[in-house]
Amino acid sequence: MYEIKSKRALNSTVTMMDIYAPLVAKKAQPGQFVILRVDEDGERIPLTVAGYDRQAGTVKIIFQIVGATTMKLNSKEVGESLSDFCGPLGCATETDGLKKVCIVGGGVGCAIALPVAQKLHELGCEVHSVIGFRNKDLLILEEEFAACSDKLTVMTDDGSYGRKGVVTEPLKEALEGGENYDRIITIGPLIMMKFVVATAKPFGVPVTVSMNPIMIDGTGMCGGCRLTVGGKTKFACVDGPDFDGYEVDFDEAMDRSRMYCDFESREREKTCNLFKKEAE
Amino acid sequence: MPIEPKKHPMPVQDPKVRAHNFDEVALGYDEKTAVAEAARCLNCKNRPCVAGCPVNISIPEFISKVKTGDFEEAYKIISVSSSLPAVCGRVCPQETQCESKCTLGIKFEPVAIGRLERFVADYHNKHFEGILSVPVSNGHKVAVIGSGPSGLTCAGDLAKKGYKVSVFEALHTAGGVLVYGIPEFRLPKDIVKEEVEALKQYGVEIDTNVVIGKTLTIDELFEMGYEAVFIGSGAGLPRFMGIPGESLKGVYSANEFLTRSNLMKAYKDGSDTPIMHAKRVAVVGGGNVAMDAARTALRLGAESVHIIYRRSMEELPARREEVEHAEEEGIVFDILRNPVEIVGYHNPDDRRDPKNGFVTGVKVIKCELGEPDEQGRRRPVEVPGSEYIIDVDCVIMSIGTSPNPLIKNTTEGLDVNRRGGIIVEEATGKTSKEGVYAGGDAVTGAATVILAMGAGKTAAKAIDEYLQSK
Repeated sequence: MYEIKSKRALNSTVTMMDIYAPLVAKKAQPGQFVILRVDEDGERIPLTVAGYDRQAGTVKIIFQIVGATTMKLNSKEVGESLSDFCGPLGCATETDGLKKVCIVGGGVGCAIALPVAQKLHELGCEVHSVIGFRNKDLLILEEEFAACSDKLTVMTDDGSYGRKGVVTEPLKEALEGGENYDRIITIGPLIMMKFVVATAKPFGVPVTVSMNPIMIDGTGMCGGCRLTVGGKTKFACVDGPDFDGYEVDFDEAMDRSRMYCDFESREREKTCNLFKKEAE
Repeated sequence: MPIEPKKHPMPVQDPKVRAHNFDEVALGYDEKTAVAEAARCLNCKNRPCVAGCPVNISIPEFISKVKTGDFEEAYKIISVSSSLPAVCGRVCPQETQCESKCTLGIKFEPVAIGRLERFVADYHNKHFEGILSVPVSNGHKVAVIGSGPSGLTCAGDLAKKGYKVSVFEALHTAGGVLVYGIPEFRLPKDIVKEEVEALKQYGVEIDTNVVIGKTLTIDELFEMGYEAVFIGSGAGLPRFMGIPGESLKGVYSANEFLTRSNLMKAYKDGSDTPIMHAKRVAVVGGGNVAMDAARTALRLGAESVHIIYRRSMEELPARREEVEHAEEEGIVFDILRNPVEIVGYHNPDDRRDPKNGFVTGVKVIKCELGEPDEQGRRRPVEVPGSEYIIDVDCVIMSIGTSPNPLIKNTTEGLDVNRRGGIIVEEATGKTSKEGVYAGGDAVTGAATVILAMGAGKTAAKAIDEYLQSK
């Protein structure tokens, strides 16, 4: 069993937890992910590693409460345990030789982008970060990003905090202004990553995207997480989750991510009602 | 008394009823039938059946105990050679192994060895309450990677010899393909659980959620004090055909479809894991896994299930019994057909149409059998212009797997062949890396449970010899 050592709400829909999993903590690298089950008979869900403390043996996860399983996960408190926590899976984000990088994070994707930014910063790379949220209430990790970025731009869709607009705007300005990034690393909603790639393309800057498709085992056994990358079928769990943004078929990935939409909304309703009843 | 010419039939659930439930299809012999079937054994001197068994169970000896109603003694005899008798009794292809060699089979039907093995194991699991004698520790530690049939067998054999064995399993439940692959109606999961529990009684430790090659490496296992390692990590990445439309929603690998249903219990109402309950299903492939996927789809409520296979019924690689069961249940065999494209729904006027991107059919081309290939199987030759579409809303690809690269990529000095399978010395399971042995699908590619068990057994013997001589 994997004990919850700390829990903090980053905003009304995003929660951060430190989970005791010493074997995973010992090996985890930015860009890798874990698969967890909240309880016996629960669903296996992939979550990207948001940090780790090798001494304490804990792994940090940050998740958005979007469906039945994340709702259940959020109902667990410090001292309680998760039934399964497996990892670290996938390949670490490549950071070798990078001198100047722009990190573009969207929403809860920023949680995954943060350890990458921190690692690059530690390696002496110049880090520019652009992080975007729908509104001020959904903002997370601003301080943490500020601490590891040479330049930080915060965007909100409605202008309730930082600059109003989408993340591609400051990215485009920076590129037009002659910022010579070795690479752009982007993590967030598929549609955002698709547009980051489109924005970078005219400038020829390499873009790494972090994909988070539907998964079960996370070890290459089921093929549910397959993507088309450069015209070839790739498995996000063993070949990724990072891929060359120019090669990924985003439209197909977006379509595949909606496979169980009906089921998920039904389950969410059911779980919601369950928690409501408990509260009554 | 004259010899009964035929095997005592296996009682089974009515096909019409079982097509709608996940309960076990074959119900098993009762005591009376088992004793009567055992009486058919000639107890012949040369014991050809034993040579036909990959783990060399003393078949005539256990059957003669069944004959006298001494079922626990029969169990003891089987368990000397087999760590998973209740599993083997259910899923072994006995018709091509022990039973194919049976002397009685020359004139009549062979003795129903598999059914008797299953009876004995089930009898033991139901009645035995004592504690198995735990062997004295010899102080040596061995790590086993994977808790499927090869890993469990290797672990069981070594534990019985006094080794301290840890089994590392990537998933959250022990059993490997026995829990994620083979469906409940063919192998109830409680049976796998009982077999795993029996191994734990021998002192085998099972560590779930550990992916070797990620969480730990083989070199780290040695640093942790394990003196030998057995790799039984199984088959690996599912293959797709590389035809258009394979990324449409409703296209599964058999591994994913079966894992969702079996391991994640998506077949049960109230499971947190979703699975498509398709109305019309096509399964591509002709092996046991294809039969399992087809019959699972049927039980999930499909009105029609097609097996699409490019050769003829003669060449189907699945066990005869599985094919017969599938036919009885109403699975349609579209043989001599090969898929060329999977077609999907696309509404050009409404990009947000929720039906967009879902499968609507599979385009197949008819085939004829041509010249035999290098394995002697006649090669399918496509008939130009014979394409047509079978309307389906789900396609399950069951065309095999390619080896998982996780262990190979993180283990220096471990040689693999050009397909990625681990290279071993056949007689011992020894790999190119000192102290490391391997067996099962990680070596051979997709094969059967019993062959994997045989490999686990071979390796256990070799590991014992290696560590005793060190």
